Amino acid sequence: MDPQRRHAPLPAVALPAGRVLPVLTAPDPGRVLDTPCADVDPTDPAVVALAADLVATMRVSPGCVGLAANQVGVAARVFSLDVTRHPKTRTTHGCFVLVNPVLVEASRKERGREGCMSVPDFTGDVRRATRLVVTGRLPGTGEEVTITTDAFEARAIQHELDHLDGLLFLDRVAGAHAIHPRTTYL
Amino acid sequence: MPSLAVTVIGRDRPGIIADVTAVVADLGGNLEDSSMTLLRGHFAWMLVADLDVSAEDLAARLAHLREDDLVVSVLPVGHDEPYAGEAGYVLSVHGADRPGIVAGVTGALAAHGGNITDLSTRLGPGGLYVLVAEVSLPGDVDVVALGGQLAALGRELGVGVALRPAESDVL
Repeated sequence: MDPQRRHAPLPAVALPAGRVLPVLTAPDPGRVLDTPCADVDPTDPAVVALAADLVATMRVSPGCVGLAANQVGVAARVFSLDVTRHPKTRTTHGCFVLVNPVLVEASRKERGREGCMSVPDFTGDVRRATRLVVTGRLPGTGEEVTITTDAFEARAIQHELDHLDGLLFLDRVAGAHAIHPRTTYL
Repeated sequence: MPSLAVTVIGRDRPGIIADVTAVVADLGGNLEDSSMTLLRGHFAWMLVADLDVSAEDLAARLAHLREDDLVVSVLPVGHDEPYAGEAGYVLSVHGADRPGIVAGVTGALAAHGGNITDLSTRLGPGGLYVLVAEVSLPGDVDVVALGGQLAALGRELGVGVALRPAESDVL
């Protein structure tokens, strides 16, 4: 294991078995991908079920390190994340779901290449903060947590926060030559 | 000395750039700015070269390329244009493909004196159309109002439109 990796797992959350849901792709006629999502009650059983569905859908999708609720058609501020297997990861909080996330601090932007299950035909170069602090609530218990992270996990969280604000990485690409065709999806 | 602008467009194959630049070098010319890409597999190249020959002479020396289904044009372009200023803004547009997206969005920019300094558009196999442009805007443009106008236009066209300040990677 990379000695520079730092594991900072969040409090354990017991989720039920989730369903694998279809993932919306742009252009989305229902405009759910373009719609800012609303805060929800993290203790609501429907939100806990949604959290389980996001993890289940993320798990079966090769290369997927995060999934926002509106990517599966639910306009709620909930996303799942798991960057533990990614080589660019430094700090990792394991596999988790965050409800009503709030960006607290973001600094040290760097350019990196991003893809998205909702944009299967392209990748793009996006500048993102490499130091990040976000807060949010855990599904089920509703416990508030603060995530302080960096590198690839920071990038992935910002990508998911954008989804919840109705934005895709296409809205943030760095310039006219920052969009690239994607021939294979991992 | 006036520069010559050369465009070469057509079926891609290895060696097009080598062939053209060999002719330019043989004439003692000097390549200046150029940009080449593949557009849906078609070779597309524009270059500006400093050459002490006429456009007609250079075109004659490049005539053999036409045998490869390449369209070649050579035009005198006069002296160097001053470089465009920093782009300043990046415009992103994405959505379901339909006629008129680019015309609508770039027309709104042009009405405010916005100048596109770099542009690429792509149509994905899944029907997603993406445009990214680097844009310089006159200093007196109300960028917030323009962004709102572009977003409203995007809603009419059924596409997402984002106008953001360009972020420099310069250290």
